[in-house]
Amino acid sequence: MEKTLNNKAWFLVLPVLILVAFSAVVPLMTVVNYSVQDTFGNNVFYWVGLEWFADMLQSDRMWNALGRQALFSAIILAIEVPLGIFVALNMPKKGFWSSFVLVTMALPLLIPFNVVGTIWQIFGRVDIGLLGYVLAKLGVDYNYTADAFDAWATLIVMDVWHWTSLVALLAFAGLQSIPEAYYQAAKIDQASRWAVFRYIELPKMQGVLLIAILLRFMDSFMIYTEPFVLTGGGPGNATTFLSIDLVKMAIGQFDLGPAAAFSLMYFLVILLISWVFYTVMITVEKAEGK
Amino acid sequence: MAQITLSNLAHSYLPEPKGEQDFALKHMDHVWDNGGAYALLGSSGCGKSTLLNIISGLLKPSQGRILFGDTDVTDAPTAERNIAQVFQFPVVYDTMTVRDNLAFPLRNRGMDAGYIAGRVNQIAQMIGMEEILSKKARGLTADAKQKISLGRGMVREDVNAILFDEPLTVIDPHMKFELRTQLKALHREFGHTMIYVTHDQTEALTFADKVVVMYDGRVVQMGTPQELFERPAHTFVGYFIGSPGMNFFDATVTGSGAVVEGIEVPLGAANYDGPVAGRVQIGIRPEFCVLDSTGLPFKIERVEDVGRHRIVRGSCMGRPVNVTLPEGMPISEDASRVAFAPERINVYADDWRVAPKGEAA
Repeated sequence: MEKTLNNKAWFLVLPVLILVAFSAVVPLMTVVNYSVQDTFGNNVFYWVGLEWFADMLQSDRMWNALGRQALFSAIILAIEVPLGIFVALNMPKKGFWSSFVLVTMALPLLIPFNVVGTIWQIFGRVDIGLLGYVLAKLGVDYNYTADAFDAWATLIVMDVWHWTSLVALLAFAGLQSIPEAYYQAAKIDQASRWAVFRYIELPKMQGVLLIAILLRFMDSFMIYTEPFVLTGGGPGNATTFLSIDLVKMAIGQFDLGPAAAFSLMYFLVILLISWVFYTVMITVEKAEGK
Repeated sequence: MAQITLSNLAHSYLPEPKGEQDFALKHMDHVWDNGGAYALLGSSGCGKSTLLNIISGLLKPSQGRILFGDTDVTDAPTAERNIAQVFQFPVVYDTMTVRDNLAFPLRNRGMDAGYIAGRVNQIAQMIGMEEILSKKARGLTADAKQKISLGRGMVREDVNAILFDEPLTVIDPHMKFELRTQLKALHREFGHTMIYVTHDQTEALTFADKVVVMYDGRVVQMGTPQELFERPAHTFVGYFIGSPGMNFFDATVTGSGAVVEGIEVPLGAANYDGPVAGRVQIGIRPEFCVLDSTGLPFKIERVEDVGRHRIVRGSCMGRPVNVTLPEGMPISEDASRVAFAPERINVYADDWRVAPKGEAA
């Protein structure tokens, strides 16, 4: 049968196009507009071409923030993914406790980001916070507002607390989809616990794990609210990640041009890394299929 | 390889079974020969999977013992029973190559690498997979994966039995025949004890030397395909096996004659002595019915041509009756009655077959 061609159908897509234009394209173009101009006030703009981009690429400040950001994402991925898998493997598979654990695990995911920041901000305070107070009493020299290492540790523990559940729940869903026959076959083949994990559970979880890694990477690479509430980017610049730096630049200093160039490059970096992830995922899956 | 003994076996899923109806698997005593090919045949919920799980060690029977050879394995976990199983859905290790899949059970048992390599090649040859040994298992077709599962079972030389749990469910029809033939050939050549669970009588009858028919948690008959066809021990075997199944009529049986609705039906040389007690039925396979001018009144409803023969669907005093006509036999104009070959009639009392006097048990 021949396909009927009817270009009028494109009109049906129009509402979406308009919506996307106003919600994404127009704001993005505004940013592009700022990134190639300079102003000395009075709403008068001068064309500067790619100067801001060149400036930003030579700025230590941005490279440092990028480095901190990459380190942060790497650390939380290295902790949350294995920990999430470990938790998922040990979750009860059915019955009341299974539902109970699922709901409990989902709780941190439901808390608004700024509330998470606030919870940990208070929790870690040496004077009134449970964690900070106990650590201080134990003789640990802990102060996340003054010590860069403590600030990092607190942020990482907070993120692990907040987001490991996501990885665990996804991994759990992957585990639940494995038919019982696989475990039985493994028993018959006298496979060790490790072999069961390596050859049955891990391959079956691969799809969901790649999604979990992608989600956690994008989210952590864009993290803003929690460190903003907890440390405000301090002490010094120790926890000034990309988005915190960007906001400081754009709204704090009102350097619209550099900030616009910065945010465009930031956007492209995330896009690029996500694309790389995605391509790797697809390639791995295809290679396995052959 | 080993003989499998089910001694005094029964299983209930309830912790405290009250009566017989609580048992998913009713009391049974059987010895399955070493090297035999057995098919467990029955409809869903008849207990065949329960029995298979007891043999594989997934379930511990509520009572009785199970022996492999002389060893009591009732309490042994699956891993220690040294059995192999092919599941309904192909279970292979996707990320491994075919070679690693086949080698996996041996590697886990710490065998010598040289021995493993040799054995894997041998098995690959048996299942016809030498060419694709280095391929990943993931991309293979369902029937190839089932062959790998089978190969993984056979790779252990000392395997006690190979269990098949409806292994052809997800296989394309044209591959089913080929796999079945191959399986049969492998059995003939290597003589593993094989237990094959299925609800498909064609699979059971073509695969097995002995078919174990199960019904309502009970083994109702264990016999060769021919025995099941000629002398079904239970009315269930009669209508479950055969296509179409056996015809049954309520009757009274005395000596060597039966009376159905007032009409005399001769039973040939068989003698049942005095009146047979209980709910008495006579059963006759459609293949042994003849449309004639004598016998029970018969009304033809429709005729199905199934190729090699024709099936006449009709009724006999309100009861549906099927008659199979051999190829080329015409249906005569005055075929208003159906007659039975007397020596092919079986007599049943309360669903169980009654042996005529003098028949070897």
